[in-house]
Amino acid sequence: MVQYDGARLDVSFAALSDATRRGVLEQLGRADASITDLAERFRMTLTGIKKHVGVLEQAGLVTTEKVGRVRTCRLGPRRLEEETAWIERLHRLWDARFDALDEVVEELKQKEKTHGRSKKK
Amino acid sequence: MDAARKSEPTPVKNPTTVERTSEREFVVTRTFDAPARIVYEAWTKPELLKQWWAPKSMGMSLLSCEADVRVGGGYRFVFGHEGSETMAFFGKYLEVVPPSRLVWTNDEGEGGQAVTTLTFEEKGDKTLLVLRERHPSKEATDEGIGFGEGLRETFGQLDELLVTLRAAR
Repeated sequence: MVQYDGARLDVSFAALSDATRRGVLEQLGRADASITDLAERFRMTLTGIKKHVGVLEQAGLVTTEKVGRVRTCRLGPRRLEEETAWIERLHRLWDARFDALDEVVEELKQKEKTHGRSKKK
Repeated sequence: MDAARKSEPTPVKNPTTVERTSEREFVVTRTFDAPARIVYEAWTKPELLKQWWAPKSMGMSLLSCEADVRVGGGYRFVFGHEGSETMAFFGKYLEVVPPSRLVWTNDEGEGGQAVTTLTFEEKGDKTLLVLRERHPSKEATDEGIGFGEGLRETFGQLDELLVTLRAAR
């Protein structure tokens, strides 16, 4: 089941707010790459690129796997698309609203029952 | 669309589904365990609307809520959102058919008027609620759910990125 988790969406947007990280995603869209490859391509230190990859990984946009001494990065399972995010946002709002409406409806039902029993009141 | 998949039922409550049926329209559905007249009442009495329209779990609060539910009557909801500036939503009721149908305009948007059609379908002792919101343009649809400029910009960037990624695959 897909969770409608606002915090997660925030993490995704934060991850995408950086030009290097978007570059890394584009790069991984073309081919998987090791941390070393990415560091070279983006002219960064290993530590620097690891940090960026970590943020993308946190957001589910990238996964990494270490085989021997090489950590390979590839695009993650999370396919964040506009449509999904859009619907997610709307879903969260309405779901929360309707939960609250459930309570109101329940109260009204109870009230109606009570009135029904005591007829006049 | 796969909105249904995204809204699988949990054991305790009825699922909410949201589907974007076109660039200009989205549809929200939800079943309530009550007859239509009760659900309708909760949508048409301001003192009841006030209790659920701005869910606390979303960090929203309703500062004021007026609704004159008659054909041609107006409504005005004013929200606060986690201490930021307030937002007003307002419009007019176009159709009022108790307890099965409400249609109203949403006049706060800058991109033109959106129209919401709400139907209450009684099924046994339950009511299926279907809300259809139709916007004059795609941009207005995005706006309709509170996309600010910033977020739209992010999505714009994301769009471009996704096009690149898809092309590359």
